[in-house]
Amino acid sequence: MSTEEVIPSGQLASPGRHGSDPLIEVSGLCADYGFGAGAVHAVLDVDLTLRRGEVLGLAGESGSGKSTLAYAITRLLRPPGIITAGRARFDGSVDLLSATEHELRGLRWNDIAVVLQSSMNALNPVLRIGTQFADLLRAHRPGMSRVAIRERSAELLAMVGIPADRLTSYPHELSGGMRQRVMIATALALDPAVVIMDEPTTALDVVTQREILEELTALRDRLGFAVLFISHDLSLLVEIADSIAVMYAGRLVEQGPAKAIFRSPRHPYSLGLLNSFPSLHGPRRTMEGIPGSPPDLRTPPPGCAFHPRCRYAFDKCQAEPHPPLLPLDAGSRAAACWLQDGTRTRPDELALEVRP
Amino acid sequence: MPRLLRSPKILTGLCLSVAFAILAVVGPYLAPYNPNANASTTVGIAQPPSAAHLLGTTQTQQDVLSQLLVGGRSTVLVSLVAGVVATALAVLFGVAAGYLGGRADDLLSMLANIFLVLPALPLLIVIFGLLGKGASPNDLLIGFIISVTGWAFGARQLRAQTLSMRARDFIESARIIGERSWRIMAFEILPNLVPVVATSFLFTVIYGVGTYTALAFLGVINLSHWSWGTMLYWAQNAQAAQDVHIQWWWFLPPGLAVGLFGTGLALLNFGIDEYVNPRLRAAGITGRQARRAGLPRHARLGLTPVLPAREPVLEAREAAR
Repeated sequence: MSTEEVIPSGQLASPGRHGSDPLIEVSGLCADYGFGAGAVHAVLDVDLTLRRGEVLGLAGESGSGKSTLAYAITRLLRPPGIITAGRARFDGSVDLLSATEHELRGLRWNDIAVVLQSSMNALNPVLRIGTQFADLLRAHRPGMSRVAIRERSAELLAMVGIPADRLTSYPHELSGGMRQRVMIATALALDPAVVIMDEPTTALDVVTQREILEELTALRDRLGFAVLFISHDLSLLVEIADSIAVMYAGRLVEQGPAKAIFRSPRHPYSLGLLNSFPSLHGPRRTMEGIPGSPPDLRTPPPGCAFHPRCRYAFDKCQAEPHPPLLPLDAGSRAAACWLQDGTRTRPDELALEVRP
Repeated sequence: MPRLLRSPKILTGLCLSVAFAILAVVGPYLAPYNPNANASTTVGIAQPPSAAHLLGTTQTQQDVLSQLLVGGRSTVLVSLVAGVVATALAVLFGVAAGYLGGRADDLLSMLANIFLVLPALPLLIVIFGLLGKGASPNDLLIGFIISVTGWAFGARQLRAQTLSMRARDFIESARIIGERSWRIMAFEILPNLVPVVATSFLFTVIYGVGTYTALAFLGVINLSHWSWGTMLYWAQNAQAAQDVHIQWWWFLPPGLAVGLFGTGLALLNFGIDEYVNPRLRAAGITGRQARRAGLPRHARLGLTPVLPAREPVLEAREAAR
């Protein structure tokens, strides 16, 4: 039985429309923790577009605001989080920031599903996996028959590579990787147009991680949902994402096609992130990493937030306010760095040609 | 100003509590008259406040203000002793029961449960009856006896907290390293329970004030021993609140004093709760700030508040580009 037959009102996006119309549009989004003088500005003036069927990778160190951004878009930010400025639209028409609780509830899971880092702990330990699938389907697809629910549950499990007889298992009978897969399956159960994944594989070993990511990519190609994939692992994002946005200290510092960022980063921070991972092929080299640590978001440094850690920093980086995202390479990508404003000769590492 | 004092609840509670503590220390020295002295032997009616007697007099022409000031010491002292002893018992029983488990837990829990279901006030009346009304009243002893009926609730609370703490990794690692049980309880578990102990202490002090006042009001405690409860006893005895001429200056001051002391402690208690658990605060926002910005007082999970003023901010930003 195919997916379309089981889900009556499923919003299946055809893979043919891949990369066309924007699904989630974020502009000027700012989110704080706390209010008034002691507020922590965790997300600052972020513009982001997630298109239908696209995998958008969000990269950055711990505390760079990538999770906060994702939660702010979905209004899932816990207190004391507040959205202080900006817009967030879903599917061109729904304003996520002025939506009522009722509207949000209608949107969540149906259209926008979320998989969290430790979401495997969201499984109720006293209910069988099948019961939890049935709960979900019965609540969101009231007309579904018992048989259809069972078939759909089995299909969902099979989708993430778990045999259907596991439906009668309890969560503790599954391994961590399997539970995380179950959570990915539940996120996909209602055929959402967008799946937000916040480090979904961080708690797992690399082999399981790879398996899950391969399944995810295959599912995306088949079902055509868009993914906002949050990870600190830039090399992993390069493999699965179509485009990548790099965050630092609450701002987007570089944005562009995944391959372009991987081969020719334009922001010193992206370069630093890429240099922090060894490559499997090619000559051995010393890992450099990025010196220093991320700034305190209550008292960010003046000028470019990255300048105290940047080896290319010059006087303008401290004197001027934080650089805006400057469009580069015929508008296909952007970086927030004064080195890229065309008035200076760029260091060779930040001026590599984009090869096809 | 430290963050703790920025909370209006803590600040108000602290001011009230400290004021009563100071009153307990200096009150008897400030009293203008001997609380037992009769200003007149001919007048038989309680006199309203006057220049000589700021809070009026009782039926037997004793100075109400002096009684209030002298009686404060006993009331505050008894409730503090009750609070300290009851909290110590609660920590001892609760943490030991929760951490040791097994037989020890069964025994200690059973004791706590028994004390929990004992009807406190009748039991205290019986105990004080046995001691005899005429026995020389000793505030420490009274506080101690009251604490016996007030520790069990805190012990149950602490036991539950300890049980959840016991399974945590840092406790298990301490056990595997070979730390002794008493050390784990005192240095690993107890510091984590400080907020619970603090609120439990304040709660039992409030219980102590209420119980002591009730006992004195019922006439169970030696009536020549001045406390706010005894004042209320004598006022009630003279039908100060039932007469056609209500003698408010007689029963209102001790009643208000008990009420304010309890309020101060309760505010302190709520304030500590909020300080320890910031999620109880409205998104780290004070009520006034929230109102001014148009934010909800209590942020709901899954409905992150959005500043209503964000549109102008956005337009200004777009204009700047």
